[in-house]
Amino acid sequence: MNTNEPQAHPWMANSTAEIQQAMLAAIGARSIAELFEQIPADHRLRRPLDLPPALVSEAELSRHLVETLRRNRTGAECLSFLGAGCWPHHVPAVVDEIVGRTEFLTPVWGSPQSDHGRNQAWFEFNSQLGELLDMEVVQLPVYSWGCAAGHAIRMASRITGRHEVLLPRVSDPERLSVIRTYCEPREMPRHIDLVPVDSDAAGELDLADLRRKISQRTAAVYFENPSYLGMIETKGAEVAALAQASGAQLIVGADPLSLGILKAPAQYCADIAVGPTQPLGVHMNAGGGVGGYIASRDEERYVREYNGFLVSITETERKGEHGFALASSHQTSYGMREAGKDWTGNSVYLWAIAAAVYMALLGPCGFREIGQLIIARSHYAARRIGTVDGVRLPFESGFFKEFVVNFDATGSTVAQINRRLREEHAIFGGKDLSKELPELGQSALFCVTELHTAADIDRLVAALTEVLS
Amino acid sequence: MSRPELRDYHAPVWREPVIMELSHPGRRGQIFPPPEPAVTATVGSAEDLVPKPMRRKDAPALPELSEPEVQRHYLKLSQQTLGMMNISLFGTCTMKYNPRACEEAARHLRHVHPLQHEETLQGILQIIHDFDLILCELSGMDQFIFQAGGGADAAYTHCVVTRAYHQSRGELEQRNEIVTSIQAHPCNAATAAASGFKVVTLMLEDNGYPSTEALKAAVSNRTAALMVGNPDDMGIYNPAIKDWVGIVHDAGGLCFYDHANFNGVMGKLRASELGFDACMYMLHKTFGAPKGGGGPAVGAYGCTAALAPFLPGPVVTMEGSRYRLDEERPLTAGKVREFYGNVPQILKAYGWARAMGAAGIDQASDLSVLANNYMDRRLAEIGGLSRSNPDNRQWRMEMTRWSLGKLKEDTGIGTVEVANRMADYGIDPWWMSHEPWVVPEPFTPEAGEMYSKEDIDTWVAVVARIVREAYETPDLVRTAPHRQAIRKIKGDVLDDPARWAMTWRAYRRKHRR
Repeated sequence: MNTNEPQAHPWMANSTAEIQQAMLAAIGARSIAELFEQIPADHRLRRPLDLPPALVSEAELSRHLVETLRRNRTGAECLSFLGAGCWPHHVPAVVDEIVGRTEFLTPVWGSPQSDHGRNQAWFEFNSQLGELLDMEVVQLPVYSWGCAAGHAIRMASRITGRHEVLLPRVSDPERLSVIRTYCEPREMPRHIDLVPVDSDAAGELDLADLRRKISQRTAAVYFENPSYLGMIETKGAEVAALAQASGAQLIVGADPLSLGILKAPAQYCADIAVGPTQPLGVHMNAGGGVGGYIASRDEERYVREYNGFLVSITETERKGEHGFALASSHQTSYGMREAGKDWTGNSVYLWAIAAAVYMALLGPCGFREIGQLIIARSHYAARRIGTVDGVRLPFESGFFKEFVVNFDATGSTVAQINRRLREEHAIFGGKDLSKELPELGQSALFCVTELHTAADIDRLVAALTEVLS
Repeated sequence: MSRPELRDYHAPVWREPVIMELSHPGRRGQIFPPPEPAVTATVGSAEDLVPKPMRRKDAPALPELSEPEVQRHYLKLSQQTLGMMNISLFGTCTMKYNPRACEEAARHLRHVHPLQHEETLQGILQIIHDFDLILCELSGMDQFIFQAGGGADAAYTHCVVTRAYHQSRGELEQRNEIVTSIQAHPCNAATAAASGFKVVTLMLEDNGYPSTEALKAAVSNRTAALMVGNPDDMGIYNPAIKDWVGIVHDAGGLCFYDHANFNGVMGKLRASELGFDACMYMLHKTFGAPKGGGGPAVGAYGCTAALAPFLPGPVVTMEGSRYRLDEERPLTAGKVREFYGNVPQILKAYGWARAMGAAGIDQASDLSVLANNYMDRRLAEIGGLSRSNPDNRQWRMEMTRWSLGKLKEDTGIGTVEVANRMADYGIDPWWMSHEPWVVPEPFTPEAGEMYSKEDIDTWVAVVARIVREAYETPDLVRTAPHRQAIRKIKGDVLDDPARWAMTWRAYRRKHRR
């Protein structure tokens, strides 16, 4: 080996001079530079790239990444009560093993035959989520819950030919911003108007306000169950009846982890269900774990409006054998460009596999148990936090895993309280609501899941007591 | 050229039932403890905490399995996925090695919440910020964001930024057209339409790209933006692209560079020198983050300082020595997705870029263009295929569109059949073409910088073997695959509402009664 030759790069098999010479000789070119003949000289960058020094050694690279990341503090070393669109839940070790498999992790895709196992896992995602939702059509997930809601509202607008959606005034600003983007500005011809509906004293949708606002212009009514502030919406059937009477679609956003104990949206007559997939076995990943599902009845008028990938079971040329492939696929933007239904592309399909494994591991009993554990622990947390001097609970029960805590009477702001919890007690307090919902005063949204033990909650209460004393 | 021996290959055949069929009542795969006595003493029974009208009556009909049964089932499914275990020259997607060191580092992010206080996120914000600077150097743009969940979502981001930009100037109603070309990825046209614009599509001339005259005719005071890729999937570079950008700018429109095909030009040219206002890189393609069979992905969207105020928030900024998530953006277009991106993928792409360095990135584009032209030369030795735009005899960029038109005429075997047969040799079926097919029976290989010369030789030998089979034993190819987990699927149910079944429950209702 010639030690004067530049080192080959570990990720580039042809990065040796001798191989490049052989390839150049085979094609009859003198140099690699010659191969770029199509690019005019005045389009070229005339200097070398100015980038930080290369870390070609894996040992160096790993050390740099890990040392930089150590500047974070994470939920692994702190006790976190943050939720609001991304929640701490247990991810079974088997899920991590399966989504780490190279065959699932690295490729794009091939044929229904060469990708048979992956397509079956996708079908099993649809099938299991369909059981939780009591619905027969489930699409592979889109980028996020907000995106799922956006697509569903646009589906409803196309189905009804109407351009107005009624949705809760109190909505997650993060999700609402995405929905607003999908509904397009007023200047656009297919703009969908967002009409906010008030909450009643119990924190649920105000039916009187809904009645006032619903009309023949309404394409869809959208609400979430549990709501952004965690409340279980009890009047789903009444909302559905109102929507139906106006010829509007009912779209419900539901946390799939609640569905072992809560009715599925279809069981109170929702037409389209959407929601987050991250609770189903995906780590929070600093928000990089989010995904969104869309589901409906198996009616052609819905199926033909989906934007993404629907995976159907089918037969093969061998009798009795199953395969899986995309159904009703011509309607996507891959097939129809601008005439397709919205658009599709890479999404979060690896997380569909995570969710399939997760649902299979939990089964019906697991979903009941986790639902019961979450609702019991969240109520316990609320009751205990409510005993701290000056702390008030706007809603003492009727929520699932998130609830509002008000600190007005303590004389401290949420920001001040959370700062001391973080710096003195290694606790991340609930999401500060004071800017987005000023009518709630100094309030925070606390999230409690199956990961928060009674002892964790007692630790929070002790810390809050100290911070507020 | 060495003539590689083709190996005997057969995919694992497990005949794995659908998971519902493996269920046995009472089995458990995960257990959660009951609430602690203190919890129950305080709040009573969990059942009673659910308001009556919302209590679920029937348990969902999920499968009931033990943990190892679930594990083995999905391991078998992974084995029945060819999944790039051998050679996948899947063009337009830039197949790369996904460094395991980056996978390992990303574990650190599992328990990070996106709404944590900035003080607790300084490590990851530093990485996002430093990666932004790397992409700014590669593109000449001034600011990148990573919120978009893929390349198509980044195209959508451009459309919503375009809306906000023209809205701020009071011209949005007037500027209601986006111009693209027929060889641009379908997501450009689709996201333009989905964000409310009319789409004007330029057709190709004989030289492989639309004429500048056609662009001039299409552009007017209604033009909101131009959305194009360059080079295209034929491997052809439009040498008039600077003039195009000038024409659109003169008309008051914005110019978006879909940099899906960045791998062949990395370090060679930049969006800024060509005059573009914005561009997009796919971190799961060009920057070594895994594809996951279709995401989680990242479309990194970068733009000039003039467009930056319109970007969806938050934007990672640096103030003094602290990193911040800037959400105070009065002109923002609004979010395209919750939070600030698929953060582990950003980390992995950053790791890739640091390990490659400036010289490595430049060499990667060298090697990917060399590999493609080497592959071109080898493919040209096989009868029945032809290069797109045969009159263009220049060296192509990092991929080339090929046609099996002659093979199809001679034998009846087209690109779908050949793709199915490739898997019998342990090679992932090739990418054909986006719609519409501008050449008959297309395929589009892209070797990139990862695959060795020997891999390329093997891949070409497989193509040659299948072409020979098409002439000699066409039925063997027509009925392929023969050495896969399953036989060829029947497609007729897939567009039949009475028979399609997107869930097991729909299948049981329609087919098993």
